Amino acid sequence: MNTLYWLVKREFWEHRGGFIWAPVITGIVFLLLNVMGIITGEVLGFRHGINIGGMNHQDIATALASLDAHQTEKVGQALDLAMLSSSFLISVVFAFVVFFYCLGSLYDDRRDRSMLFWKSLPIADSSTVLSKVIAAVLIAPIIVVICGVLTGIAMLLLFTITLSFHGVSMWTLLTLAHPFQVMSFLIGSIPVYLLWALPTVGWLMLCSAWAKSKPFLWAVVIPVAIGVVISWFNLLGSADLRSGWYWSHIAGRVLLSVFPGGWLHDTAARQLGENPDNIGHLAELSSSYAALATPDIWIGAVAGIAMLAGAVWFRRWRDDS
Amino acid sequence: MNAVVTASGLSKRYKNTLALDNVSFQIPPGRIVGLIGPNGAGKTTALKAILGLTDFQGQLNVLGLDPRSQRDKLMEEVCFIADVAVLPRWIRVREAIDFVANIHPRFNRAKCEAFLARTKLTPDQRVKQMSKGMIVQLHLALVMAIDAKLLVLDEPTLGLDILYRKQFYQNLLEDYFDENKTIIVTTHQVEEIEHILTDLMFIRDGKIVLNTDMEAMGERFAEVLVNGDMAATARQLKPLDERQVFGKSIFLFDGVDQAQLKALGEIRRPSVSDLFVATMKGTYA
Repeated sequence: MNTLYWLVKREFWEHRGGFIWAPVITGIVFLLLNVMGIITGEVLGFRHGINIGGMNHQDIATALASLDAHQTEKVGQALDLAMLSSSFLISVVFAFVVFFYCLGSLYDDRRDRSMLFWKSLPIADSSTVLSKVIAAVLIAPIIVVICGVLTGIAMLLLFTITLSFHGVSMWTLLTLAHPFQVMSFLIGSIPVYLLWALPTVGWLMLCSAWAKSKPFLWAVVIPVAIGVVISWFNLLGSADLRSGWYWSHIAGRVLLSVFPGGWLHDTAARQLGENPDNIGHLAELSSSYAALATPDIWIGAVAGIAMLAGAVWFRRWRDDS
Repeated sequence: MNAVVTASGLSKRYKNTLALDNVSFQIPPGRIVGLIGPNGAGKTTALKAILGLTDFQGQLNVLGLDPRSQRDKLMEEVCFIADVAVLPRWIRVREAIDFVANIHPRFNRAKCEAFLARTKLTPDQRVKQMSKGMIVQLHLALVMAIDAKLLVLDEPTLGLDILYRKQFYQNLLEDYFDENKTIIVTTHQVEEIEHILTDLMFIRDGKIVLNTDMEAMGERFAEVLVNGDMAATARQLKPLDERQVFGKSIFLFDGVDQAQLKALGEIRRPSVSDLFVATMKGTYA
């Protein structure tokens, strides 16, 4: 247990930039852009008397007061989405970090031969691989969620403070939003993310442990080449191979599942299909956990664990130092 | 006492070359063994087999364990420095010490810090800011603070200047080595380690061609400085090697009676490097 703790800590020593600074800086840049946008809007509005939605800005408060219950709910949902948008941007950056982290995790130290130092210590190869998985899909997402929540709250305050200059009570708006619901959605989604990302993490780490050189090329070329062949057979009409299924359920899952929220795809499509108004309910934990009821995520997780077992084997026996 | 390493019928084949060819040897505890051979002779492969870094055919027992199946346990008792500068470039001195201290059950932090106090290294320094010599100092400090039974060194001083090289082996002898420890070392700088070795193993084309302790080597091999008029007589005794210096000939003999050699001229104990060159003649031809 102690060994595992120090192994994970080592990963953060090495990848401080990607795991900690990348989300922090993205959050700060996101806030700065919003502040710049708001200032631009205010200045232009003041200079040219541009009105928002055909209303004089003093009217916003009055308009808000006159909304019915359904409409105020919509305002709250819009604020929630504004809060989530920061997490969205940070998640995209984070997904790239995790993708390249996994690709390099069992390859970089073979290339620079520092693996010989790690292998001179009494550490089981399974612990090494496990520590890297934990760093990528558990600890790093926790940092991302913390950054996302803090930026989200800052965003919310930014908007309400701006609107309060236009006569809208800050507290009215804040009570319309559901920051705690957004937070529980983000935090609660971490275990779903862990399960969802396993096939991609497993595949990338397997390539990382196996490739003699250029793990990126192998990791991408193999699934894409298979997909192209299947699509080609499809085109010829000679085989009853479903290329669409392959691209979304195999190629997509082994390459793109590190992007958070992929599991929302199916549930979201169904919900929005039933009623487009449901967009505000996407950010509820139940839609995340609905994915756990589908076999897809579990089959992917099992496949991911199998590939990680392969990565452990290659880590133990790959002999090219 | 039981042998530290026992190998019997050890073979390892890479695609089309035989790196180890049915090798058998034993290394008792408390020895410093020099494993010496030309490039590509199989030294590193042998060490990798001992360290459980590669698969092989045959029997190999290291400290009572099988390096293939019990590697994790074995590494608590075995340390190695494989090549210079394999420490990760991003790590800081402080982090390296923290990590090893918490991972290795036999690491003595105070000892490691005492070694480092004698160097110019500072806790916040990163490996990438260090010279090759400093990296080796750090690595050696980490390794010497581990109370291991077997230390394996594979070209530990390659590319270092003479000050670092001398200091490296001096530290090992003075502060690390004792009768409970065993060191296996490979290097091309034979002259520098010859006086610290207790045993010598020559390896060539995957086979061990000489396995002797240093005392026995002095008895078995002799170098004789022969005047020109006696050279023909000397040649009849089938010397391993002959070279000319200042009009005299130096012959290297294997297993020829010392009394017989005295008649030819002055007898010396051959240096390991001369013996090595004579033994490996024609390796690259």
